[in-house]
Amino acid sequence: MTARPAGVRSSHRRPAKRRSLVGWLFVLPALAFYAVFVLRPIALTFQYSLYEWDGIGPSTWAGPANYGKVFTDPDLFDSLVNAFQLIVFFSAVPVALGLAAAATIRRIAASRLALVARTVLFLPQVIPLVAAGIAWSWLLASTGVINQLLELVGLGGITRAWLGDFSTALPAVGMIGAWVLLGLCTLLLLAGMSKIDPSLYEAARLDGAGAWREFVSITVPSLRQEIAVCVTVTVIAALASFDIIYISTQGGPGNTTMVPGLQIYYLAFSEREVGTASALAMVLMVLVIACAFPIQWFAKDGER
Amino acid sequence: MAGRGRPGRAGAALVIAMGTLAAACAAPGSNSPQPAATSASPQAAAPTCGTAPITMTGYFETGFPLPKALTTEFSKQHPNVTWNIREDQFAVITQNAPRVLADNPPDLMRLPQVSELVKDDLLKNLDGYAQSFGWDRWPASQLEQLRLGPGGRPRGEGSLYALGLNVSMTGVFYNKKLATQIGMSAPPATLAEFDAVLAKAKSAGITPIVQFNGGATGGLAFPLQNLMASYGPPGPINDWIFQKPGATIDTPPNLQAVQHLERWIKAGYFEKDVNAVDYATMMSRFIDGQGLFTFNGDWESGNLDKQMAGNVGFMLMPSAQEGGKPATMSAPLTFGIAASAKNADCAAFFLNWVATDQRAREIGVEVGGSRPMGPADAYMPEVASDTVTASTLAAGADLAEADGAMDFIANATGAIYAKSWTPNLQKLVAGQQTPQELLKAVQADYASQIEGS
Repeated sequence: MTARPAGVRSSHRRPAKRRSLVGWLFVLPALAFYAVFVLRPIALTFQYSLYEWDGIGPSTWAGPANYGKVFTDPDLFDSLVNAFQLIVFFSAVPVALGLAAAATIRRIAASRLALVARTVLFLPQVIPLVAAGIAWSWLLASTGVINQLLELVGLGGITRAWLGDFSTALPAVGMIGAWVLLGLCTLLLLAGMSKIDPSLYEAARLDGAGAWREFVSITVPSLRQEIAVCVTVTVIAALASFDIIYISTQGGPGNTTMVPGLQIYYLAFSEREVGTASALAMVLMVLVIACAFPIQWFAKDGER
Repeated sequence: MAGRGRPGRAGAALVIAMGTLAAACAAPGSNSPQPAATSASPQAAAPTCGTAPITMTGYFETGFPLPKALTTEFSKQHPNVTWNIREDQFAVITQNAPRVLADNPPDLMRLPQVSELVKDDLLKNLDGYAQSFGWDRWPASQLEQLRLGPGGRPRGEGSLYALGLNVSMTGVFYNKKLATQIGMSAPPATLAEFDAVLAKAKSAGITPIVQFNGGATGGLAFPLQNLMASYGPPGPINDWIFQKPGATIDTPPNLQAVQHLERWIKAGYFEKDVNAVDYATMMSRFIDGQGLFTFNGDWESGNLDKQMAGNVGFMLMPSAQEGGKPATMSAPLTFGIAASAKNADCAAFFLNWVATDQRAREIGVEVGGSRPMGPADAYMPEVASDTVTASTLAAGADLAEADGAMDFIANATGAIYAKSWTPNLQKLVAGQQTPQELLKAVQADYASQIEGS
């Protein structure tokens, strides 16, 4: 946005103020959309969060009481805790596995296998999340493929309905998320790797570095920005998760997979507590921003 | 936007100002459009659909063919009436109901729990129609659940706000082949006998009960409420569902019921993965012969007669005491008219037709599988005696005689099922909740939901 063709600047010299106005005119349509479809809903949500309202009838002023409820009602607070646990599965697993997968694919870049691997890993990103949720709930059912495989290798003792068990439901849902997001991370990291100067690797190899040393000392530091993007996208996906969980467990069993996105939906449309739902939505938004900004800052800081 | 501090900041301020301006600053909901005037207007002659062409708007539930079968037959008899029908899953209807009734009022709509809709003046008061069509002369128990006090509380008395297409009822279906296999020649007559049959099935390697309890729909509420009815009278449970002042679910008989359910769980009478089983999975397992009993409603009678012809039986849950009166969940298939519906008269005429027309009553039984509503002496269609539909209809008559009908504990408030019964029953299955704490937790949620609404 800062780059301007030199010719334009010399031939159309106008007063700075006028030029800035024209600039704003160009941005106006986009800004209008942004104001109506992003800022207005946020402002309305904030307004609703200060009221006690069932969505239809008259509302009463509640002040910050709804926010108090978000942090004191164990059901609401636990959903926030669950969302942070999901970060492990939605972020840590895809980024770590994505790095490994990208490095491996890069090593075999020339072969046809690399193309196949890339396609297979990226496929989940193309499939609608609802379809992924349904497919995985079949795989993870008590008679599903996962349990059949476990029985085949003699692990029949640990088979269970993975999505219906209190101790395994959240990790199981997390694994679905990891599966979906792995492809995105792999592709982003692979793109990042292709722009690393090959001479760096050559130099390292001359100095006697092995594959691991190369990975740690060259690949990972060079991918700092790509990793930051991956982490940002996946952390937001974890905190704002809804589709996969709505399809596979609906927050059950016993609220063990309840996340803020689902909780907001239930509060607003089933319990008809629009005020509390809006308060939780505002808290979630602030949390997402609070998590995303430091990651962005960290990536930028490294650039300088 | 780098490099230009001032205009950028001013622009951002402008954008935010636009956003805030666009957001109405008045309190939300205060400008709601509903006029409160939905009170009854006494009418001389009963309204009809007239003779001029008329298009009725309907909002029905996906997967249940009865309403459409009835509207099709109605158009055959009244060719000036055509139907414009939208269908959604029941969960979606539940969530959309207030908005749809307010913004896009249908003439006829499948209704979820009605208390909150009445509170917001979204449903037409049907007292005037009841008078002119003579609904007030039907057995009072049919309409009890559809009557609400002013402001939607309590339910069970007051003005009529909805009508049923029929009255569905719940109980215990059993697989006849498996029953013979373990020597069950007749349905158990007491709870103790029922327990003995369950134990026998378990030791014969047959899953005693297939039930659903996964996701947000805790199907163990079916056996639980049946157990509640075995141990105590249905009245206090109904009072609780109807939100009568001072009603509580945390009573000694109900505690015995939850403890009994816990014993069933611990004895392994339900499938091991019951917390991951949804309704459709339960149905396919039962039809596939993977279990002896299932707790369900007569809306499945027609389906089961088709899928397991001759191999399925039905019984009402036996009482804990010998000779005790039967009681179970039984509720009208609720339909109502939006407060601001365009063709309310025709919709009311249709509802009356469903209950009184001979062909409509036949469709109600054949397609719906449940007892039609209407006058006590109204025409009852014949059903082949070896079908489960015949058993459920007969059980319905027994139930009416014993005055044992009660609404479903999941209908006490709009959110009590998904947000309280379900997670607590799932915890009970996992051994993470005690019976006493379960009732306490549900009662606490109930109190806060009523207070909040």
